Amino acid sequence: MKLALVVCRKELLDNARDRRTLFSTLLFGPLFAPLLFAVLINVAVSRNLASLEEALEVPILGLEQAENLSSFLHARGIRPSADHGLQDLQDAAAAVRAGEQDLVIALDEDFAEHFVDDGLARVTLIYDQSNSRAGSRVQRARRALAAYSEQLGALRLLARGIHPGVVRPMTVDDYDVSTPAGRSTLLLGMLTYFLLLAMLMGGFYLAIDTTAGERERKSLEPLLATPISRASLLLGKMAATSLYMLLSLVLTLCAFTIALRFLPLDELGMSSSFGVLAALGAFVVLAPIAPFGAALMTLVASFTRSYKEAQTYLGLVILLPTLPLVFASLLNVTPSLPLMWVPSLSQHLLVTNLIRQEPVAIGMLSVSALSTLALAGLLGAVAIRLYKREALLG
Amino acid sequence: MIQISQLTKHFGDVQALGGVSFEAASGRITGLLGPNGAGKSTCLRILSSVLRPDSGSARIGGVDVVADPLAARRIFGVLPHGAGLYPHLTARENIAYYGQLHGMKRGALAARLADLIERLNLGAIVDRKCQGFSQGERTKVALARALVHEPEYLLLDEPTTGLDVMAARELRAWLKELKARGNCILLSSHVMQDVAALADDLLIIAGGKLAASGTPESLAEAYPGRDLEEIFIEAVGLAQP
Repeated sequence: MKLALVVCRKELLDNARDRRTLFSTLLFGPLFAPLLFAVLINVAVSRNLASLEEALEVPILGLEQAENLSSFLHARGIRPSADHGLQDLQDAAAAVRAGEQDLVIALDEDFAEHFVDDGLARVTLIYDQSNSRAGSRVQRARRALAAYSEQLGALRLLARGIHPGVVRPMTVDDYDVSTPAGRSTLLLGMLTYFLLLAMLMGGFYLAIDTTAGERERKSLEPLLATPISRASLLLGKMAATSLYMLLSLVLTLCAFTIALRFLPLDELGMSSSFGVLAALGAFVVLAPIAPFGAALMTLVASFTRSYKEAQTYLGLVILLPTLPLVFASLLNVTPSLPLMWVPSLSQHLLVTNLIRQEPVAIGMLSVSALSTLALAGLLGAVAIRLYKREALLG
Repeated sequence: MIQISQLTKHFGDVQALGGVSFEAASGRITGLLGPNGAGKSTCLRILSSVLRPDSGSARIGGVDVVADPLAARRIFGVLPHGAGLYPHLTARENIAYYGQLHGMKRGALAARLADLIERLNLGAIVDRKCQGFSQGERTKVALARALVHEPEYLLLDEPTTGLDVMAARELRAWLKELKARGNCILLSSHVMQDVAALADDLLIIAGGKLAASGTPESLAEAYPGRDLEEIFIEAVGLAQP
């Protein structure tokens, strides 16, 4: 055990002098992750705000036939753009397909006739559904047009002495019960993803350096000829990797706690509830991932024969713990005791709880921590077994 | 004394050792000679308890390296082929790491380090990172690292490969000094001159078997009128069908 400490101390020192390790521990997670996050959120904010408040300029074909519609749309901030040069539906479709326009509104040529006669006056919205920018604009235009149609219909009914309620027996209202903190989970759900990734990156090069790197440098054989058991040797190495992962976690949490203060989350109708307490909680929840990830990465790196091979495989391995997160967000999973047995998923759910400012059940927290630690122990034991095989020397 | 008896080892379908037996006495330098792939390194790796033999026994100072590797590792030091130092650590840190792995106390380790630095003339490089050391400097540091726990037995795998004339001379001088202190030294090589200049006893192995052994004098008697290189070629040729 004392020798494991010697190994751990040496690996900490050795890797503190390695630029690659320092970059991935001190820079990748703590700097890159919050930066990426801030950019994502800023884009989301600016897009949301822009589409809600800004005047929407849309090429509208045949608007001269409908002056009232024109002023109605104008009042709702939808303005016909001048000089769009589009003649007909084909032109418009081509322009949208080419990405020159996000949305074109086209009134049929006989719009005016039908408008007075039979209600078959047709308005076509031309857009590309795969264009994410178009989505909110199309919705806005559609809502405005529908409102105009409905309003006019109601007036016509009244003119004939019929109550509009006759043709509209039902009203649909929205009643959103989400809290600002709850809404922020959509975006902040990605936070766990970044935290996990930052942790794994923090230990990435250590896991390689202490196994495949040691073999490639030819320092493994003399090391194995010193009176340290392979179990102690591996324990020391995995402990060093865990410590770097924890360091990366702490730094990343600090960076996020600071960065989220400056992000315009409230403009999105969300509260940035990620304070110091939440950060401390997230540390407690995520800490067991360190030995788990260290054991997993050390185990995989032990199979590889060179630094490069290890890099390739570990690149895939660090995506592994993020898989449950993808499922969780797709299936909208809520925390439950059985799910606490799944490493990374349980941590994700618990951190999400923290962000929602909901209490974290101690029972769930302990199951999550214990199962993750147990799995770490299992993986570590397999890695140690592997090191007892001489095929390891290659 | 280092004793190997009826040692066999396979790597997959390849037979690396086919029943080698030999002894290396204390206070002497024993040279393990053989062409590439003869099984020299495999012998040394089994002795350093990194590999396990398929059958046969290997003992160092009476300790069975297969049955009790931890005890054996306390009494031998290993100079591996290519040194295997940590480039980010200084020479001192590299040596101290092995001292700590041997369980040496802080004070004893510091005294031993000072002694090794003086004897191996490491003063100029001891606090520099090993990255960028010359082959000679690397070998020196690796030798100091192998000697840090004052082992009675020393196993060296091709120690002179890649050394220039001066460094090779220096190394030979230290090995002779260690021999004079009563250490048991087993070194492998395929360079005749090194072995001729150093070894008290010769072991020529080829194809995983012992082809010839004895002192240089006794070998010269057995193969009259031939120099060491000719003896080597003849012995190796006899062992290979």
